[in-house]
Amino acid sequence: MPLPLATPLPFDGIRVLDITNVWAGPHCTMLLADWGAEVIRVESTQVMAPNTRGHMVKVAKETPRLRKNWQMEYPDWDPGERPYNRYPIFQSHGRNKKGMTVDLRTEAGLRTFHQLIAVTDVFVENNVPQTIEKLHITYEELRRVRPDLIMLRMPAYGLSGPYKDYRSFGMQLEGTAGHTHIRGYADMDATSCDDVYMGDAAAGVSGAFAVAMALRHRHRTGKGQQIELAQVENFLPYLADPIMDYTMNRRVWSPLGNRHPWMAPHGVYRCRGEERWVAIAVANDAEWRALLHALGDPPWAGDSRFATSLARWRNQDVLDLLIEAWTSERDAGEAMRYLQAHGVRAGHVMDDRDLDDDPHINAAGFFQQLTHADAGTHRYPGLMWTAAETPNAIRTPPVRLGEHNAYVYLDLLGVAQAEYNERTQSGEIGEAYALHVP
Amino acid sequence: MPSSALDGVTVIDLTQGIAGPYCTRLLADYGADVVKIEPPCGDAARGMGPFLHDDPHPERSGLFLHLNTNKRGATLDLRTATGRRILREMARQVDVLVHDLAPAETAALGIEYATLRQDNPRLVLTSISPFGQTGPYRDWQTAEIVVYAMGGPMFATGVPDREPVKLGGNVGQHHAGACAAAATAIALWTADTQGHGDHLDVSMMRVQAASQDRRTTMFIGYQYTNETNQRRWAGSAPGGGVRPCADGYVNINGSAARFPMLARMIGQEELLHDPRFNSEMARSRPGVSEEFDAYYIPYLMGFTKREAFAVSQEHRIPSGPVYDMADVLADPHFQERGVWQRTRHPQMGEVTQTGRPFLMGETPWALRRTAPALGEHNAQVYCGMLGYAPLELAQLRIAGVI
Repeated sequence: MPLPLATPLPFDGIRVLDITNVWAGPHCTMLLADWGAEVIRVESTQVMAPNTRGHMVKVAKETPRLRKNWQMEYPDWDPGERPYNRYPIFQSHGRNKKGMTVDLRTEAGLRTFHQLIAVTDVFVENNVPQTIEKLHITYEELRRVRPDLIMLRMPAYGLSGPYKDYRSFGMQLEGTAGHTHIRGYADMDATSCDDVYMGDAAAGVSGAFAVAMALRHRHRTGKGQQIELAQVENFLPYLADPIMDYTMNRRVWSPLGNRHPWMAPHGVYRCRGEERWVAIAVANDAEWRALLHALGDPPWAGDSRFATSLARWRNQDVLDLLIEAWTSERDAGEAMRYLQAHGVRAGHVMDDRDLDDDPHINAAGFFQQLTHADAGTHRYPGLMWTAAETPNAIRTPPVRLGEHNAYVYLDLLGVAQAEYNERTQSGEIGEAYALHVP
Repeated sequence: MPSSALDGVTVIDLTQGIAGPYCTRLLADYGADVVKIEPPCGDAARGMGPFLHDDPHPERSGLFLHLNTNKRGATLDLRTATGRRILREMARQVDVLVHDLAPAETAALGIEYATLRQDNPRLVLTSISPFGQTGPYRDWQTAEIVVYAMGGPMFATGVPDREPVKLGGNVGQHHAGACAAAATAIALWTADTQGHGDHLDVSMMRVQAASQDRRTTMFIGYQYTNETNQRRWAGSAPGGGVRPCADGYVNINGSAARFPMLARMIGQEELLHDPRFNSEMARSRPGVSEEFDAYYIPYLMGFTKREAFAVSQEHRIPSGPVYDMADVLADPHFQERGVWQRTRHPQMGEVTQTGRPFLMGETPWALRRTAPALGEHNAQVYCGMLGYAPLELAQLRIAGVI
């Protein structure tokens, strides 16, 4: 049941239509939903969009436990009867949204879609451009139905240029942006770089930023607009340090591991126990003295190899061993608290359980317990930021496939019950994928 | 001339370093009039590299240039009573105030939300900090590596039997800035439609913990199974992950449902009938990835990273080259789309930097000015915006307030 909130949320009364996949697009619409928009996911029972509600509809019972892949960790390792309503990737962004199914490849489906657009403020999609263009759901077409529509398109590479219809997930476009190349271990090659999806996180947030500004512009002028967010381009400004070093000095960065271009010491250090680590960064002489003080002014404190920041940077290998001798006898959380109390930038490398137990993030009420009809009761990560005048929380659990079909077709669009029944019979309106979907 | 998205929005920016200035850079990019207030000694980022020709100089930091383009700059010493009074005066007449101070500093400066709200009920106050305005860690310090360690999925980044490894550059701090910009734009919408301001608390740790990188998904997986995630060897699924090619590396996502497409791409369709590879279960076996690499890597060695990128895209398989920065700047797609901006900076000459993060059809991004020199717009801000007489400006200068 939705929790009642005392104050209106910013996007109360704004309706968002959502044909997004995987992470970047769904993250954007999650933020809009978190802050009050009625987000309606438009999904199909006839085709499974890859990597959104799962790799496949039919998941062998044994694979999740065999593979132990973080995206396949269904509740109790069991895909269950409806794995698509239990898939961790979807569960991470499906909250606060509504969901309906329609087949956009049919005339009736497209008509339904246009009827929905007519009552929609914002339409968000992050598909390969040709996929959307083939369905004729472009801005030029849709603004005829809804003249002040705001349409956010967020493909990997944009709506023009040689890579227009190229496909990439965050981890691949991160390579095109130059991030993969600089983020590995200094002494291992790029094949040791695992999958990171920072580009998705960045695009989702920028999408919400763009929509908020476009709504403001519409409020003032009555005009909608199309926003084009190429995920790879949106990520480039995050890489300013290596970009500027190249454009100004023609220096090409190589991987630095946990080291820093000018700070030292700077790294993660082994602590007591298995897989326990603390990160430490020292930016200047004052912080260096604070670290020495915290370590009890050890005999090597006055060593000339550590006398200046440049000397410390040059002698990091030795320095790291000396610091690790201290950390390895301590608990990671305790080392963090002790060093921070002494004015040293330090952080426990927290795994899932550490974060779950962390007193600080729990004091802020970050995690929220939600009960989901197909997944049970669990704790979920909460809102990205808080607003003092706008108390807020997750109001509904991740939406199930087709959960709000009756609301959308019958209440919102006023479709006749007979037509609704007929399209339910055909499988277009439903809460399960068609049997032929693998 | 079309208007910009944040036309008419005025912002006072008290931030330094990376996260806060990236937030206000984004607001400035889309049309807000951002006045950056620096202490007389300047933003700490002026001392951060990379510097032009590696020559450390407060007006030649490439990072500072990137983070402060499109803003005006003034100096103000908030350690003086006059400085604090002027700040309150500014906060009365602007739409947004962004700061990156710890709660104790905010109180000392007299700019707590409760105080500012009395003067200006529509003010959006955006606080960006390492750990947020409340809670046991609220006064702690952070660094990029600490942000990723505590909030992010660093524990699962890297390979087994090695230390966890951070991401490259300062992406975590930029991300906190982008979130703060989104939060601010949403609060500006609220001010427009509901008539009240807000105080936004943006914590870098929380931004990471709530991000749609792997962190939230892994956390949910842990909740579902009671097992924590571990670092794993990259590319452990056959055909997925970074692989070598003729002149470097390429990342082609040919695993899982796309495996048949990959087998066709490398001309090894018969492997789809091979019991080692013919089912999801078979392709989930330990060691299967190396078995497939015996076919896959020799094929990739026939292509450069750009060619492998193009060929895999012809087969509709998601992929990307592992570019270094020279490759990124030379890439024809980025060049054709006008990603790069060339600007003239009085101290640095012609500089190439990133331009718009996204394109808005009706309210375009514009590069209006390069990053301000220290105190460059003092006269504009104090005389133009606050209405001080030139004599008063001179007095503030003599008193060392600006």
